[in-house]
Amino acid sequence: MNLHALTITEASGLLQNKEISSVELTGAVLQRIDQVDRKIKAFLTVDTEGAMEQAKEADKRLASGDAARLTGIPLGIKDLLCTKGLRTTCASKILESFIPPYDATVVTKLKKAGAVLIGKLNMDEFAMGSTTEHSGFQVTRNPWDLNRIPGGSSGGSAAAVAADMCLGSLGSDTGGSIRQPASHCGVVGIKPTYGRVSRYGLVAFASSLDQIGPLGKCVADCAIMLDAIAGHDPKDSTSVPKPVPLFADIEENGLADVVIGIPKEYSATKGIAPNVSERVEKAIQTIESLGARCIEVSLPHTDHSVAAYYVIAPSEASSNLARYDGVKYGFRDKEETDLHQMYRRTRSKGFGSEVQRRIILGTYALSAGYYDAYYGKASQIRTLIKQDFQKAFGRCDAILSPVAPTPAYPIGETLDDPLTMYMSDIFTLSANLAGIPGLSVPCGFSEDGLPIGLQLLGNHFNESMLFRIAHQYEKAAGIVGKRPSL
Amino acid sequence: MKITKAEVQHVAKLARLDVRTEEIERFADQIGTVLEYVDTLKEVHTEGVPATSHAITLTNAFREDVVQGQLNQEAALENAPEKSDGAFVVPKVL
Repeated sequence: MNLHALTITEASGLLQNKEISSVELTGAVLQRIDQVDRKIKAFLTVDTEGAMEQAKEADKRLASGDAARLTGIPLGIKDLLCTKGLRTTCASKILESFIPPYDATVVTKLKKAGAVLIGKLNMDEFAMGSTTEHSGFQVTRNPWDLNRIPGGSSGGSAAAVAADMCLGSLGSDTGGSIRQPASHCGVVGIKPTYGRVSRYGLVAFASSLDQIGPLGKCVADCAIMLDAIAGHDPKDSTSVPKPVPLFADIEENGLADVVIGIPKEYSATKGIAPNVSERVEKAIQTIESLGARCIEVSLPHTDHSVAAYYVIAPSEASSNLARYDGVKYGFRDKEETDLHQMYRRTRSKGFGSEVQRRIILGTYALSAGYYDAYYGKASQIRTLIKQDFQKAFGRCDAILSPVAPTPAYPIGETLDDPLTMYMSDIFTLSANLAGIPGLSVPCGFSEDGLPIGLQLLGNHFNESMLFRIAHQYEKAAGIVGKRPSL
Repeated sequence: MKITKAEVQHVAKLARLDVRTEEIERFADQIGTVLEYVDTLKEVHTEGVPATSHAITLTNAFREDVVQGQLNQEAALENAPEKSDGAFVVPKVL
């Protein structure tokens, strides 16, 4: 048995029945990282010692009979979630040597559940990008084709799961950063409702859009991880004090009472690859065969969502990233100089191009004389986008679409063409603007063997509906368990 | 051109960035393209539409004002690039 290839659901069963130990499982996963990560480059930090320590603790807990579903399970963490005593870089030179003095709430929760935190995963710097090429340290490769991007910004989180270098991982999603890499790497990922998961200890990009969520090898695994991290947190004033259902308790009795909305604007979008449309069409048929009824819905402001997003997200980022000043933590340019020079040199040397581009764009959009035309206008359009979804969810339980217009593209293709990269977020970023949950589940492969993902969007706090549809679809389509050969 | 090189330079200064001369041209180009695209927002009629700053509206997340889980001075200074006598050191201001 290849232990590293297990799902969380499988491994959890074996651990609880004492058929395997967490030390064996963690050892196998570390060995796998040693073998394949030199090709993929998903990890920025592998905490070998810490992981083996946690595995031993988990085995004690399993022996005492006091284990949770994640006890002893090796997970990877996107490198923008603070881990006490373990370097957290946000894939930026400006935080290259930052050792957080505290844990993010989601990390505390995973530790309490007894999970084994195996290391920190690569990403686009400050989560700004859709390819993971914008990391300040290394380019992560797609396990299905090493010449292609894994997607982003949670590219390390998706590639590590796809390559069996962890059983599941945490990512974050500001405009599609969990769902798009999950789609490109052939794994499952969910962005929960805004406020469902605490953002305390998440390095902020755009605070009104950021949300943490899990990536896993199957839908059930993501539900187990979301169970562990969801819930109100007094340390995050935007986390919602609402009861959390047991997500792992997924309804299995068909989809006869489910209505799925297909947005007419999405199929009219330019640039959708034919193999993406075909796979999604086929998925609709499978979901209908499970009893669901599909209807056409309309999201009239789809065409303007990318533009609204690329005003709002950089505006919030320019304000959030003002804290990196070379004084309290992180990199400082040490040349003899005055305070303002030091700020400027530190920030210009510490931030990469994409981050600087977005800071300038955001600062411009918020500056005197432009605020109403850009930020003000975009915030009004955000209201209209939210209303579009409210209307649609009056008629359906979930909305179905592709995740990305094309399968993963070759590394380097959009490096100097930010607008093209931004446009590829068209199907995902509306969910962040509206605050609704979105899930990506694999729905097949292109002729070149590249994974293609299906997106399901749900109404606020209705993640359970997404798990229910995706889990039953995944079983009916029979695509779980396909892994890249490495 | 939607944004001039001088404007990029000005905004970079506001954002405390020292953008290299050869970068300014590239940024003006790329940001200009994005701004041109963003201009399509003008097509949308928004008179009387309220703005949304947060998708899930919560009012006043209050809690008791009690001291808890604070970092001590040593931990707070742990990551400082330069420190002295329990304080952050910065280059001279005046």
